Amino acid sequence: MVALFDALTPLNVLLALLGVIAGTIVGSLPGLTATMAVAVLVPLTFAMEPAPALILMGAIYTGAIYGGAYSAILLNTPGTPSAIATTFDGYPMAKRGDGDLAITLACIASVAGGLVGALALLLLAPPLAEVALAFGPVEYFWLAIFGLTLISALSKGDLLKGLTGGFLGLLLSTVGVAQISADVRFTFGSDVLLGGIEVVSALIGLYCIPVLIDLVATPDRHLDVTGQTRGFRLFEAWRLTMQNKWNVIRSAIIGTIVGILPGAGGSIAGLVAYTEARRSSKNPETFGTGRYEGVQATEAANNATVGGGFVPTLVLGIPGTPPDAVILGALLVQGVRVGPTLFTEQGSVVYTFIGGLLLATILMLPVGLLLGRYAYKSIINVPKAMLIGGVALLTVIGTFAIRNSLSDVAIMITLGTLGWVLARFGFSASPIVLGLILGPIAEQGFVQAWTIGSATENLTGMFFGRPISLAIIGMILISLFLPLVKDRLALRRPNQEPQP
Amino acid sequence: MFKNVVKTLACGLLLSATAAHAQYPEKQVNYIIPFGPGGESDITARHQQSFFKDKFGQDLIVEYKPGGGGAVGWTQLNNYGGDGYTWMGVNLPHIVMQPLTGKVGYSTDDLASVYFFHFTPDALLVSEDSDFKTLEDFVAYAKSNPGKLTLSGSGKASANHLAQIRFDQMADIKTTYVPFKGTGAAVAALLGDQVLAEWGYTSTAAKQGDQVRMLAVAMEQRHPKFPDVPTFKELGYDLVSGAYRGIALPNSASEELRKEVSAKIDQINQDPEFRARLENDGMAMLDVDYEDMPAFMEQMKETYTNAAKSAGLVQ
Repeated sequence: MVALFDALTPLNVLLALLGVIAGTIVGSLPGLTATMAVAVLVPLTFAMEPAPALILMGAIYTGAIYGGAYSAILLNTPGTPSAIATTFDGYPMAKRGDGDLAITLACIASVAGGLVGALALLLLAPPLAEVALAFGPVEYFWLAIFGLTLISALSKGDLLKGLTGGFLGLLLSTVGVAQISADVRFTFGSDVLLGGIEVVSALIGLYCIPVLIDLVATPDRHLDVTGQTRGFRLFEAWRLTMQNKWNVIRSAIIGTIVGILPGAGGSIAGLVAYTEARRSSKNPETFGTGRYEGVQATEAANNATVGGGFVPTLVLGIPGTPPDAVILGALLVQGVRVGPTLFTEQGSVVYTFIGGLLLATILMLPVGLLLGRYAYKSIINVPKAMLIGGVALLTVIGTFAIRNSLSDVAIMITLGTLGWVLARFGFSASPIVLGLILGPIAEQGFVQAWTIGSATENLTGMFFGRPISLAIIGMILISLFLPLVKDRLALRRPNQEPQP
Repeated sequence: MFKNVVKTLACGLLLSATAAHAQYPEKQVNYIIPFGPGGESDITARHQQSFFKDKFGQDLIVEYKPGGGGAVGWTQLNNYGGDGYTWMGVNLPHIVMQPLTGKVGYSTDDLASVYFFHFTPDALLVSEDSDFKTLEDFVAYAKSNPGKLTLSGSGKASANHLAQIRFDQMADIKTTYVPFKGTGAAVAALLGDQVLAEWGYTSTAAKQGDQVRMLAVAMEQRHPKFPDVPTFKELGYDLVSGAYRGIALPNSASEELRKEVSAKIDQINQDPEFRARLENDGMAMLDVDYEDMPAFMEQMKETYTNAAKSAGLVQ
């Protein structure tokens, strides 16, 4: 534990700072992901000691997860999948001139979430790793189904359209070479679709292209600006954070736990935390119109997945998230053996790293505020013509960079155009994206659970007989029927009141 | 990244015109891994990276082109210039099984493989507290409980899956293979007791340490890192298999160039420190150079095709 403070050498502090800055910038550019940023750095880290190398990679990672909020809030485009739910209320806030406040709120929530995740890693890593193992195929299946129930929360009034979008997303997720069965599906003999529909390029297409088309088609400014710029609005944001501290803490805990699950990740953590925030709110129907709680919940949750994801990575050698896989690879090349003995045998490396992660998370506050302010100013001050051109170019470069693939660019533009047309008919992008992300998780979990259940001749027990599964099924039922019950009660109450 | 592609294409045109590779490599070589970062193919490439720089003075730049379990990259390999400055990782059984079982945009013989440098041997793993202490225990349980012995493994029609199919035939047992997405998910299923055993790799055991126990490894001889673990051969099953990794060039590369690249990779592969590092990760070294390639590929194709046919993966 003393090694925590070894993180405070000048070199480590400098690396943490540079890492956070670089990560935040990379994360804010749609298409440039945390995984990619960390992978680019790997050769550099070969020349470094394990602890500083880890600190640099961890700082970049945590910065990138936060940076995704900028483009989510200012352009309605999640910079990383983790920031999907940030767009729901972040962009409406920016639209009405509160973009600066949204960015500051996101920054505070991210730091809080990051700290909760890192502290969980520091204090509870070995027991928490058991959570990762307790989640079998059937639990992932039910978790994905639970995620799909969010469609009812996201479809804003028109459930049928939301469900249609969700089904479209599920269908799109099956295109290409199937991840575990290796079947080639719905490619229509074309090489373009062989790799399937990559989630990040779909996000860029579905969220960003409609914004661009509308910018071109209407004479309005991109974002409203109300009078003078008002600094960071730090005190206002701090007050709002204190008012909603339970929301932030709950979301950070959700993020930590989802981060521990190797099959889930920041996008699901953000969405689950968002739904919980919405459910516990007194005015759930106002979510999606620029509520602070929505931004706070998502950002606290997604940064908490960083610390959470390192739990199975370091304790079990099973990467919690894709960037963790890269970091794990770099560690192996360096000769650091992860696993249950890591904390005892190479404790100094681990604790220095966790110290560095905590430091990087704290540094995110000043870095995030300054960079966020710069991003906000540039977006509102840049002439519209340049903004459109610049963002359009970024969407293409970002999409190409994900897999070095021109096919992905074509798919991104097609989906974007489709998304714009569908939006005209009242279909929103989020259910489609939800289907796309959760489809493969549900499919894999179902196939695996079915295979194991059939082999052991206990299908019912497999799907309905395991405690964690039952808990998730309970959450699904609450999520589906609680709104109905509430409506009923609300209807009945006026009838009862007149009676003396 | 755009720039790299343009550069590669431009250089390809220039170099094939002058056919100048007197002191190959004269500049950086792009090494495309058709998977995402963090996997074993990536880690191996990272090991090769530093040795390449030391030996030949140029950078080996690792790039990723993931998609379709590698199929996206291999479909596009021959569109690159064959000037020797674009390499792509190739994996077995993938490049045999994909064209065999599904409609992908390449055939096995389209890929000009020049060298296979190692394989990650298949291994049968159980968790440390498992009742299966030996391979004999495993086979006995499978015989008395046909179909009930569940095994996790990475992917369908993969090295792990083919090992399961072939071992079931050899031992005359019936087990249930459950495909997972990657070795990480497969070992998580084993450690979490979702399955009774795992068809994994020696590298899985190298990573997980004491949490898992290998019952046998699919190698000719015992692995130097695991001298106590028997081979299937010793126990009477002729199973030598795993995930093989190599390098291919775009098929427009000349014969001389293919030999040249093959010789360069061989130099790295013969470096004692390089071998020691990879063996410590659980790999088994292999030195199939360009000259041995046709015979090696024929043999692998035959083995895989037979196993796939008998399991009904192909007609």
